[in-house]
Amino acid sequence: MLDLVNVNYDTRIPNNVGLSSDRKVLKALEKWHPGYIDWWNRLIPRDFQESMVYLRTAVSVDPRGWAKFDYVKMPEYRWGVLLAPQVEDRRIPMGEHAGKPAWHEVPGEYRNMLKRLIVIQGDTEPGSVEQQRFLGLTAPSLYDMRNLFQVNVEEGRHLWAMVYLLQKYFGKDGREEADDLLRRSSGSEEAPRMLGAFNEETPDWLSFFMFTFFTDRDGKMQLESLAQSGFDPLSRTCRFMLTEEAHHMFVGETGVSRIIQATCEAMSHAGIDDAMDIGKVRDLGVIDLPTIQKKLNLHYSLSLDLFGQEVSTNAANAFNAGIKGRYMEQRINDDHQLKSDTYVVRNIVDGRIVSEEVPALTAINMRLRDDYIRDASGGVGRWNRIIQKSGIGFKLALPHEAFHRQIGVFADVKTNPDGEIISEADWRENAGNWLPTKEDGAYIESLMVPCYEPGIYAPWIAPPKVGIDNKPGDFEYVKLHMA
Amino acid sequence: MNRPLKQHLIDPEICIRCYTCEMTCPIGAIEHDDNNVVVNPDVCNFCMDCIPVCPTGSIDEWREVETPYTLEEQYSWFELPEQEEFSQLKFTDAGISEEEGDDPVEALLAEAHKGAGGKSRAPATAAKPTINLYNPGNPVEAVVQGNYRLTAEDSGSDVRHIILDFQGKPFPVLEGQSLGIVAPGTDSEGKAHLPRLYSMSSPRDGERAGYHNVSLTVKREENGICSNHVCDLSKGDKVEVTGPFGATFLMPTDSGARLLMICTGTGSAPMRAFTMARQRTVGKMSGGMVMFFGARTPDTLPYFGPLNKVPSTLLQKHLVYSRLPERDKEHVQDRMLAKRDIVAEMLEDKKTHIYICGLKEMEEGVDKAFAMIAKSSGLQWSDLRDAMREQGRYHVETY
Repeated sequence: MLDLVNVNYDTRIPNNVGLSSDRKVLKALEKWHPGYIDWWNRLIPRDFQESMVYLRTAVSVDPRGWAKFDYVKMPEYRWGVLLAPQVEDRRIPMGEHAGKPAWHEVPGEYRNMLKRLIVIQGDTEPGSVEQQRFLGLTAPSLYDMRNLFQVNVEEGRHLWAMVYLLQKYFGKDGREEADDLLRRSSGSEEAPRMLGAFNEETPDWLSFFMFTFFTDRDGKMQLESLAQSGFDPLSRTCRFMLTEEAHHMFVGETGVSRIIQATCEAMSHAGIDDAMDIGKVRDLGVIDLPTIQKKLNLHYSLSLDLFGQEVSTNAANAFNAGIKGRYMEQRINDDHQLKSDTYVVRNIVDGRIVSEEVPALTAINMRLRDDYIRDASGGVGRWNRIIQKSGIGFKLALPHEAFHRQIGVFADVKTNPDGEIISEADWRENAGNWLPTKEDGAYIESLMVPCYEPGIYAPWIAPPKVGIDNKPGDFEYVKLHMA
Repeated sequence: MNRPLKQHLIDPEICIRCYTCEMTCPIGAIEHDDNNVVVNPDVCNFCMDCIPVCPTGSIDEWREVETPYTLEEQYSWFELPEQEEFSQLKFTDAGISEEEGDDPVEALLAEAHKGAGGKSRAPATAAKPTINLYNPGNPVEAVVQGNYRLTAEDSGSDVRHIILDFQGKPFPVLEGQSLGIVAPGTDSEGKAHLPRLYSMSSPRDGERAGYHNVSLTVKREENGICSNHVCDLSKGDKVEVTGPFGATFLMPTDSGARLLMICTGTGSAPMRAFTMARQRTVGKMSGGMVMFFGARTPDTLPYFGPLNKVPSTLLQKHLVYSRLPERDKEHVQDRMLAKRDIVAEMLEDKKTHIYICGLKEMEEGVDKAFAMIAKSSGLQWSDLRDAMREQGRYHVETY
């Protein structure tokens, strides 16, 4: 009998999908595996590959088994295929098939749509590992290094999860797509990652934390909506990935919090209460709040682009088909078909930004994005509490959705962070006040000096309030191998 | 005055509102609004499913309260309230606490750990234990799944292997922890008996992996009210259990850590749990476990048969007998001295964790043996012991 809760370690690939009795898929995955390990080995600097990292590994998907902590060398990490337990008699939650039994095989009419969604999701996972590959060299602590590597190995596992779906359910072209996921690479000229935000560099740790807070949160929202899918294997895969995605949100939110904390503490200590006195604050060796705001503006606007066009027939089709739902679809109290509902989106009419009601079905992307904005602004509110508590008069804010956009109706205009349309000349004059400049980047880079002593943190970032797995402050999260 | 209750709370300053706990809770005890994620005290049954899935650690917060904080109060918080001071009252149902204070269970444990020569600490990589989930006012009912004699019928020593099942109720344990059993009836003064503590001999995932049942190793003591009660239990009997107890005599989760285990008689219980835990997690591959186990004769040594089947690559065994016919008496400390090279090498290794469990009488001899072995390596035992204890690497539980 198949043990669907406990992960199968007997075969090469830990899984709870009965791989050992599915020779065809097992063979395809085993064929793909060397390329994956090769990708991983080429990616992360050698010394870190040899280091013992205190990581959590999912050994099964029940709450007690999915987070087992131990030291492990990253190339020996057990990347597996884990799906949340099957819900008996699950029904398609939305669209024209709402209420019918969920699909356990790919519905032929939606095959291409499904494959494309899985490929796009799968492409982001290795992309972020590629973007972050050198950060270990400047880790502000072993704790942060461990968190980075945990994020990396889990993105790796998410890639596995998508590859499994492609190979199991999409035959030959699924296998080709799986190979292409390893062929493309972040920032590459000839074969870049599919989405823009995953081709940007992650040059420093503030960028990393902003990326995990804003960009991984887009990933979380996409997973949330795919977890609603009527295609049950995709739903179950994404549900389990979400548990891991929460750790990435945690790394981003607390990373930025701890930077803000260190800045506020240093300012209070030095008796500086004017956050705009950037030179004085930088003399303290911490990152000034206005620069943090600029980084926020950049990563937030890049992440909004990931949600696509304001009005999208693709999104409408996916919803209608029952392939991709809304955030917390099961908690929304409507017909789940959006036959006559409308939704308010922003548009540009006669050079002015206006709100318009459009059919809700075509505004699925915007609805998800609005949920994203709500989710993100909660975190920004918690950052502001730290500043407020220290008595410094400064408030971080999310810029207007029209600010610094490359995709959608706002791509053609320039606005300030408040969303007021401005001229090209105004933009050129002020962009450096709103987005990080070369000088800002150089300053942050100057702070990126590794800190590899257990329990010691670079001065620009505060220690965490609670250790990982409840470990004490001086716990050696990474046993470094330095050849 | 009401007895204070333990309340499960979430720290709003650390929580990132990912709602993973809410999605994980099997009984819908966790909910959220735009501000906070909160635990409904009327619903939460302490099953602990939400604890490991939380990415932040904010979920593992507990307060002792007379009246639980309402959902409205929890929703309004920006930070957790301080623990209230209660006059004249100490709690046994205090969630996570230190092994101090004047509670009878805590006193028993403090006494048992005294031989470590100072305040005990858990190993740095130990998982966080749940303690005091059930107390005499609120015990959990366990059903006896089996009661097997471990020693030969004619050996004059009746040691039992007893398996308890909690029928799906939460009883999260770590290897090295104890549970309490209260014998039925009253003492000569008409008061209820105090709970007796028994160290569990099964690993965290259950006597049978995944079943979350526990086993005990209990010796029948002449006139022992509780031990006779426990040793007489039959399959299907119900028994009231408190605990789990013990927050320091725990094993490191680091699979690279080495364990030096010294025990006599039923003191083998935690060592069995450690060994099974390693066997289940790392298999035969792990070396690094060495055991000195003393008994009178092979037929009074608990788990003699199964122990011999544990591969020596996993566990190096030194079984020591004090009453073998036509042989000199040998105690664990004698064998430690005979194998001083092995012990000395482990003492010098910072990955070594020492566990001593058994009768109080063994302490002195073992301590002396350590002192002699340390000295021959040029080490001062008392300093080394104190340092190891401070680092959570030296553990004593004797009775």
